[in-house]
Amino acid sequence: MVTTPLLPSDYLDLVSPLRTGADLRGRIEAVHPETSDAATVVIRPGRGWRGHTAGQYVRIGVDVDGVRLWRAYSITSPTNRQDGRITITVKAIPDGKVSNHLVRRAKPGTLIQLDQATGDFVLPRAKPAKVLYLTAGSGITPVMGMLRDTELDDVVMVHCAPQPQDVIFRNELHSLVADKKLRLTEVHTDTDGKLDIARLRELLPDWAERETWACGPAGLLDAAEEHWTEQGVQERLHTERFRTGIIFAGEGGEVTFSATGKTIDADGATPLLDIGEEGGVLMPSGCRMGICFGCVTPLKAGAVRDLRTGEITEAEPGVLIQTCVSAAAGPCDIER
Amino acid sequence: MTAIDPTTHLTAEQIEDLGRELDAIRDEVIANRGEKDAAYIRRVISAQRKLELVSRGLLLFSIFPPAWLIGTAGLSVAKIMDNMEIGHNVLHGQWDWMRDPKIHSTTWEWDHVSPSDQWKHSHNELHHTYTNVIGKDNDLGYGIMRVDEDQKWHPFHLGQPLWNFLNACFFEYGIAAYDLELGKNLHKRRRKNPEFRARARAVGRKIRKQVLKDYVIHPLLSGPSFLTTLAATFTANLVRNLWTHSVIMCGHFPEGVQVFERRSITGETRGQWYLRQMMGSANISGSKAMHFMTGNLSHQIEHHLFPDLPSNRYAEVAVKVRALFEKYELEYVTGQLPKQVFSAWHKVFRLALPNKQPKAGTPDREQDLIAA
Repeated sequence: MVTTPLLPSDYLDLVSPLRTGADLRGRIEAVHPETSDAATVVIRPGRGWRGHTAGQYVRIGVDVDGVRLWRAYSITSPTNRQDGRITITVKAIPDGKVSNHLVRRAKPGTLIQLDQATGDFVLPRAKPAKVLYLTAGSGITPVMGMLRDTELDDVVMVHCAPQPQDVIFRNELHSLVADKKLRLTEVHTDTDGKLDIARLRELLPDWAERETWACGPAGLLDAAEEHWTEQGVQERLHTERFRTGIIFAGEGGEVTFSATGKTIDADGATPLLDIGEEGGVLMPSGCRMGICFGCVTPLKAGAVRDLRTGEITEAEPGVLIQTCVSAAAGPCDIER
Repeated sequence: MTAIDPTTHLTAEQIEDLGRELDAIRDEVIANRGEKDAAYIRRVISAQRKLELVSRGLLLFSIFPPAWLIGTAGLSVAKIMDNMEIGHNVLHGQWDWMRDPKIHSTTWEWDHVSPSDQWKHSHNELHHTYTNVIGKDNDLGYGIMRVDEDQKWHPFHLGQPLWNFLNACFFEYGIAAYDLELGKNLHKRRRKNPEFRARARAVGRKIRKQVLKDYVIHPLLSGPSFLTTLAATFTANLVRNLWTHSVIMCGHFPEGVQVFERRSITGETRGQWYLRQMMGSANISGSKAMHFMTGNLSHQIEHHLFPDLPSNRYAEVAVKVRALFEKYELEYVTGQLPKQVFSAWHKVFRLALPNKQPKAGTPDREQDLIAA
């Protein structure tokens, strides 16, 4: 009442954005380089942070060039870290807006948006007797979270990276090996070639007996799933994929209006507003020329193309699109 | 006035060229819109909130004249910032590109009695799409005034200087009534329309909250300063109303601004739409502080051309737009605030009376031309 039309929290956010009861945020406290294109970001989460389980990931919202973009990153810090901070380790991918920003430009002190940790790529409560971690590239990150968190009796890691200097956490892994806490095989794909999953037996005769956690590019995971299934041990394989689904940024596509329950074929040139209206979907609308924002609607999945600029917008939670100037760019789901 | 169309020297091709040049200006801003702009709006919002808090805090002791004076001045400025540079522009979707749900046209609410969603409909959709089209754009006199010779005279217009003054004093209520289309909807048959009733209830709720905050809770919290705080919040609302009304009158009412026939916009091209916005708006010249306090609506022409570009960029856009006006030999209507306010008020007085020519609606200057 006192603060209408704002909420008291809008004022409290000015002074204490990480307090109890605020929207969950975090503050970047440090960025440590790991390799030439990877860095670990130390985050102090807000008071509402409920902790995580080793192997889980967290979605973070970062403002890149003023635009809030959300991405998911595995948590690499152990759950019992004394100072309550969490870390994520990010590898800059070519053209990756958020990853490049975090690795190369993020400044300590910056506020970011956080979600609670989530994901089921975790160790079971009862410690498995024999474990294999099969990872490649930045797929090592959730596994590092597990290695740092839970000490196991018999752990083997097979990790693939182009060259030795590309192995993230290499020093730490080698000291674990020195302490006899880990057996490690590094596959350097630039010299050794890609890991042939059938060769796993040579490296590790008892691989099929091991409870396995695998994380890396789709090619590796697909091959692993096939191999484990062929050998009838697929229940021992746990995988984590960083990207699900493929985005078709092509000519038009199938538009789903999930709230209404309609699916309509759309070409790549007709505004989604028209498509929806012709299909009898109740669409908010305004000026029909992209200026009034009366038509903005959440984009739940897929991608749309801005008819004015040709720019593609991909679905992320919180993304709203102007349906009057956007056309389907592959299959998409509009929340109407 | 449509007496002499000031755009007849342009060919259809030139008008489309003009449209393309304007598109290019727009694209350039969008291409380099970014972190600095985001930081700007966050800074303004944060400054506005702090100013409001400090001012309201001072007003708790408003029984002391200096506290009253500074507190009232601060609250007036805070309310103007909320409505103009922040509210109006956020509700236009100027900051939607940041994808911050806290600063977004679909979630924003402002310190104003008209709920933001109703204002967005009447302002963003109707006024900005049909700018200055007689019979389509109700902003042309807000339905209570005649602001162009081509609008039909009615004896009701005799009182329009008074209507305009009252509207200025209680502008936020005027806008709420306008967004509800009260004039049209108070007819017996329409009054019962459930959609209208729902909207009217929403306005009622918003008014109740605003009044409770400004005229009950804040004065009560002031204890012995109850009456002086009441006077302060009333004054701040009045100052905000007078100021916003003046700025907004300057946008479309000063002499030299064109209005358009309903039929003139059928089949309108992108270039023609741009041209209508150029000819239908007027700017206010002045200092940076002036532009800021008007919510950059002093760049009304640029705002109407590009309603969704961030307001902090209108000043740089204005230089390029003005060059286009010169290139295409069009009149860029602008002037200092007092001059434009006077011009708009002068029109309100002048058009309270029927046109001088015997036939209402006959443009007098055309007659002169024929005579010459």
